[in-house]
Amino acid sequence: MPYWLADLLWVVVKGVALAFALLTTFAYMTLVERRLLARMQIRHGPNRVGPLGLLQPAADAIKSIFKEDFRVTAADKVVYTLAPIVAIACALTAFGAIPAGPANSFFGLNPWVYDLDIGLLAVLALTSMGVYGIFLGGWASGSKYPLLGGLRSSAQMISYELGMGLSVLGLLMLVGSTRLRDIVDWQGANGWLILFQLTGFALFIISSFAEVNRTPFDLPEAEQELVAGYLTEFNAIKWALFQMAEYVNMITASAIMSTLFFGGWRGPQFLDAIIPGISAWPFVWLILKIAAFLFLFIWVRATLPRLRYDQLMRFGWKLLLPAALLNTVVTAGYVAYAREGLRWPLFVIGALGLAALVVGSDRIRVLVNSPRTTGVTELAPPPSGRPLGGD
Amino acid sequence: MLLIAGGIGVLAVVVSMILGPKKPSRTKLMAYESGNDPLPGGKERFPVHFYLVAMLFIVFDIETAFFYPIAVAFGKLGVFAFWETVTFVALLLVGYVYIVRKGVLEWD
Repeated sequence: MPYWLADLLWVVVKGVALAFALLTTFAYMTLVERRLLARMQIRHGPNRVGPLGLLQPAADAIKSIFKEDFRVTAADKVVYTLAPIVAIACALTAFGAIPAGPANSFFGLNPWVYDLDIGLLAVLALTSMGVYGIFLGGWASGSKYPLLGGLRSSAQMISYELGMGLSVLGLLMLVGSTRLRDIVDWQGANGWLILFQLTGFALFIISSFAEVNRTPFDLPEAEQELVAGYLTEFNAIKWALFQMAEYVNMITASAIMSTLFFGGWRGPQFLDAIIPGISAWPFVWLILKIAAFLFLFIWVRATLPRLRYDQLMRFGWKLLLPAALLNTVVTAGYVAYAREGLRWPLFVIGALGLAALVVGSDRIRVLVNSPRTTGVTELAPPPSGRPLGGD
Repeated sequence: MLLIAGGIGVLAVVVSMILGPKKPSRTKLMAYESGNDPLPGGKERFPVHFYLVAMLFIVFDIETAFFYPIAVAFGKLGVFAFWETVTFVALLLVGYVYIVRKGVLEWD
């Protein structure tokens, strides 16, 4: 067997393994999410199917496979079928670039599926291609609510993609490479990048929440507002594929955040004093970090209310985008003028930026929210007391 | 990887198509509209805001695309690149301020 063929074969094997691992994680994420939400609301989650409800995902999967798979008459035949496939394909592919350990640490193989020089760009591009799946799905349903839901969702995703793309620029200036392995190695040598890019991380995590349509930015799926958004006309496995894509995107976003800002697969190095070499164990640390971020996703969902759509777009365009630009310029100025090797002031700058973001966002919101040119005059005064007609 | 992932998607759809029951009826195939008969249309006109956002996204994403090479090569370029970046950002900010003042980003 020629060498390249064996290589290719291993890549395929790893790809399939990763895809199934992600799908299993997705299935159990739904269970974990429901149980955690239940815990946070002081009740029990699903605990009937199997011990601790562990067979619930399997039951759900079997149900969705055996459901009737029909297509509404108004739907576009090809695109309606294609959209969920596009969504899941982009979602699954993005994860392959994440390095889960040092080279040759996965039974002699590399613990990643593909390793590109422009890894970070590839990941961002692939995650943002999920927009196609959502928008095509909404359009192909041939009905009003899915169309509006799809439009809203795609507008939201592309808006926050800007903030996402711009917020990593400061990080790239420090590291000087877009290859994810280089970024992880840099953090192994210099410390986690969240120390130097605090503002960048804050902007990035907010954008990721919006990018994967999670609370508080989940209005494409706001059941009370637009029926179910782009998912309204989908059923059986196609619906499940969209859900899968969302959760897989969530896992990928967690993995990207861990890789970019939290040292990737490297663990804290002071633990080496206790167990030598523990900080370089593959998989363990990355999985721990991903789990922490997933918990954060669920926690936020249980805690925060949803934004209104106009607030959402304003937030993305008027706060996130300028703040990310400012962060880039400030980091650039510091990197250009600072003496070599002196990085702690970046932490101070980042902390100040974060504080300014938190404190100033309210003030800025008031400033930019007052419509100037749209001709909107004063709002009607709020009614005093309870309105007469019940609703 | 893309092929594998796409293959899994196709597989899931095909399996589900084969396995599920098939009893279509006229009512079942109607578009969802809260129990009413759906009004004609569905691919109708929608607010121009979405076009605006898409266009602005293209502009600013191109800007981001220009930023990546600068950012990656920044360590080698130094002070000169910084002022180049500032100029570029300033030019874009002019456009940004214009659209903000124009009220393009207001949704009602």
